[in-house]
Amino acid sequence: MPTLTLAVNGNIVTREVTSSTLLVQFLRDQLGLTGTHVGCDSTQCGACTVHLNGDAIKSCTALALSCDGGKVTTIEGLAQNGKLHPMQEAFRANHGLQCGYCTPGFVMAAVKIAERLGPNADEETLREEMDGNLCRCTGYQNIVKSIRAGAKAMLENEARDEISSSPQGLTDPDARVCNDAPQTQEQSAERKAQVDVFIENSRGS
Amino acid sequence: MKKFGVGQSVERAEDARLLLGEGRYTDDIVPANALRLFVLRSPHAHAKILSIDKTASLESKGVAGILTGVDADEDDLGGFPSLVPSNAPDGSGPNFAPPFSVIARDIVRYAGEPVAIVMADTLDQAKDAAELIKVEYAPLTAVVSLADADKPGMPSIWPECPDNNDSLGVFGDKAAVEEAFSKAASIHSIDVRVSRVAVSPMEPRVATGVWNEAEGRYELTAGVQSPHMTRTQLAACIFKVPPSKVRVRALDVGGGFGLKGVPHPELALVMWAARRLGRPVHWFSERSEGFLSDCHSRDHISHCDLALDEDARIVGLKFNSRANLGAYISLAGMHCAQGNIGHLSGVYTTPAIYAEVRAYFTNTVPIASYRGAGRPEALVVLERAMDAAAFDLGMDPAELRRRNLIQPEQMPYDTGFQFTYDSGDYPVSQTKAQEAADWAGFEKRRAEALRRGKLRGIGMGHVVEIASGMRDEMGEIEIEADGSVTFSTGFHNHGQGQETTMRQLISEFLAVPPEKIRMKDCDTDVQNFGLGSAGSRAAAVGGALIKTLSEKVIEKAKIIAAIPLETDAAQIEFVDGTFNARGTNKTATFAEVAALAHNPMGLPDGFDGGLAHKQIVRPGGPTFPNGCHICEVEIDPETGELDAIGYWVCEDVGRSINPMIVKGQIHGGVAQGLGQIFGEFIEFDREGQLLTGSFMDYQMPRALDIPHITTISHDVPSPNNPLGIKGAGESGTVGAMPAGLNAVCDALKPLGIRHFDMPASPHRLWKAIHDAGGIDAICKPTEAA
Ligand code: FES
Ligand code: FES
Repeated sequence: MPTLTLAVNGNIVTREVTSSTLLVQFLRDQLGLTGTHVGCDSTQCGACTVHLNGDAIKSCTALALSCDGGKVTTIEGLAQNGKLHPMQEAFRANHGLQCGYCTPGFVMAAVKIAERLGPNADEETLREEMDGNLCRCTGYQNIVKSIRAGAKAMLENEARDEISSSPQGLTDPDARVCNDAPQTQEQSAERKAQVDVFIENSRGS
Repeated sequence: MKKFGVGQSVERAEDARLLLGEGRYTDDIVPANALRLFVLRSPHAHAKILSIDKTASLESKGVAGILTGVDADEDDLGGFPSLVPSNAPDGSGPNFAPPFSVIARDIVRYAGEPVAIVMADTLDQAKDAAELIKVEYAPLTAVVSLADADKPGMPSIWPECPDNNDSLGVFGDKAAVEEAFSKAASIHSIDVRVSRVAVSPMEPRVATGVWNEAEGRYELTAGVQSPHMTRTQLAACIFKVPPSKVRVRALDVGGGFGLKGVPHPELALVMWAARRLGRPVHWFSERSEGFLSDCHSRDHISHCDLALDEDARIVGLKFNSRANLGAYISLAGMHCAQGNIGHLSGVYTTPAIYAEVRAYFTNTVPIASYRGAGRPEALVVLERAMDAAAFDLGMDPAELRRRNLIQPEQMPYDTGFQFTYDSGDYPVSQTKAQEAADWAGFEKRRAEALRRGKLRGIGMGHVVEIASGMRDEMGEIEIEADGSVTFSTGFHNHGQGQETTMRQLISEFLAVPPEKIRMKDCDTDVQNFGLGSAGSRAAAVGGALIKTLSEKVIEKAKIIAAIPLETDAAQIEFVDGTFNARGTNKTATFAEVAALAHNPMGLPDGFDGGLAHKQIVRPGGPTFPNGCHICEVEIDPETGELDAIGYWVCEDVGRSINPMIVKGQIHGGVAQGLGQIFGEFIEFDREGQLLTGSFMDYQMPRALDIPHITTISHDVPSPNNPLGIKGAGESGTVGAMPAGLNAVCDALKPLGIRHFDMPASPHRLWKAIHDAGGIDAICKPTEAA
């Protein structure tokens, strides 16, 4: 079986996968990262949205092997040191979720929308931006509100944002990735350096 | 008002877990040794099964077992019953009610019906093996069209029901209606097609079955709305064992909307396969599989005649409809067809109503509940009839409604049909909604849009709907020795926020801070009874339940508190979390009393320890949430594209436990109602093959399709509930369907179009506009006066 190496939530993991394994299957079944959900089989719902090398992508439509050498962030990798990411916090404060099934996908998509558009995007634009994600519960209104508030908070928290893009997570690749967040700044920095080296190397290869 | 008590928009307790990706949805906690189950489904809508050969597939890699209808017969596996009885069409007795089969025996009756199940180590292996199963079918002609189901020459789906007409429900007073119609000044008729839709919660249906060999017991973890009701059906009807031999639990569930309140075949199949094979068995629906096999909803063809007097007051209403059941009657199939026909009375004084509903079998997946479950099916027709009458009379539909509204001083109001409404101020709701929407200024906006070449419309829909009709519910409150609280109820939280609202109620009555309150899983092993979350019931019934349980706990606690306070329990009052002895300055905190109650050595003889209380509560009821909805749309006649401009609703949910959650329920409900009006639509070809089987073909509402929703409240507490709560789950959907459809029809009005059937998809709109001569056919618009 081919081998795949990925930096997932700041931890370098190497696993054997079949050539048909999808990224979402790899995350859920092999890494136990079940926060990324599956809502369809036609790339229409966005429940499976994760970040791959800085972009929001639908992990149900990417072969795991095609991501080899990449850097993946899932919903489990967003919170830092036990504190919700500003976008997660905004969803909570604005009742942007009900059943929560679409939520990880929306939050991951929202972080990228906010990074791109900042806090001043109007409602129409945000609704357009959310075209790739379906929610059956909320009627979208409070999601729009959440993304706005989250974008604003992200800007205000730029310092914290900086940390959030830094690596965290596993030393033992078998543990649940989100359960081993770095405890100290030094640990954070150390893991960030490891991942940077890894990304650099995989680019070169 | 308490900081965390009733009426506060507190943040939800469940959110942190869900936002961190730490939810426990059924597919997240599959046992490591579980087999994957794949369902081989019928490719035919109607066929005889001649033979099934599984020899080759049994040899396939990783396969642990394959089961078919033959094995089901061996094990005497039953089907799910219909819960709502009706009458045979000729009135000779009860209707024929074939159970909802979990696996086909000799005949398949809808495309997607389970024919065989394959269990293997991986899903891919199970799928590969399923391809090797040889099933020989003799196709039969399928009955697909509801309109033609009883046409001469149609095959019979069930020999017991030769013309496929399973039942006739007759409601109201025919003679009184005929009398009213004979004296009417005008009669306004309308035909409305209530389309067929797929509920489509974002979490597909999912189930894990375990056979507990030591206890000889079936265990199920699944995405269901009512573990207790599901257990009852599985035990009594499928496996024919005592209820204690079945355990059902539901952890996090990604939306239900009625679909997951109705038991489906796969729940039984995973449990059956687990027992047969001695290993846990897991099934997770693929979305396309869900479109085929999730029970669909709505699907009525209805006709309504409305009789008015000279002042445009309603004197009588006649209704008759054909309701689709699908190939079997699901648990809620007949309920959706006939059980909510009482909603025909709407918010109006209608002296006489008569309705006939015929329910038909077709070779399609069974029909079951979807948010509203029969309510919107009735109300969308009534509210369309109101607009059609206004169209005929050249009247403002808002004015026609206003003239006919039940007045607040008439409450409680006996409709003379089926319901007695508890409370509400419908005229004020309408006024507030009209003001918010600037109803008065609409004709200017229409004219302005027309100058831009656009068709603009506004529509109103009044909703009044029965909530907490299912009144009984069990709950338990346990108190720890430190005064913290653990509780359970039979409600299942799949998005409605009961983890938060039930905590708020406990906090209100026991004055315990939220962080000291824990909710147990909804599990038949936690408590043995419950009716689950459905029919907008959890807030109203839950409010009464938690109040009663809390009072009982306080009653017990007073007896214990009397010991340190050296007085009689009758002399003790409980205020803000403290027990006070009247007339003294002696007090004991809730935690102190809890500690004493758990120290049996410290209690005098004759005192029982502990403060837990568990019971079934039956509050008064039902309650009738209501509201006035207004929707505004604009249509591009060149493309048929619809732009939802705005939405306003003035709702009355009685007293809210958490207004933030109530608004969220309204938003979500409105989006589901508008989704059906604007584009959702299930379609089959003539052979009964599904044409809209994925999110590519089935137009789910996306963010841009749904307008900004302005919610205003005019809450009138319900006298039928001890807290005044009415409920909020379904009214958004029930109101949005008529408001949305009336807006679309109003936009088409200048073309002379009196009625347009849902869905208002671009192609259908474009065709209707084109057939009516296009926008050029409209003479130069006159400005509104
Ligand atoms: S699961 Fe990936 S888009 Fe639906
Ligand atoms: S919160 Fe349930 S699907 Fe979005």
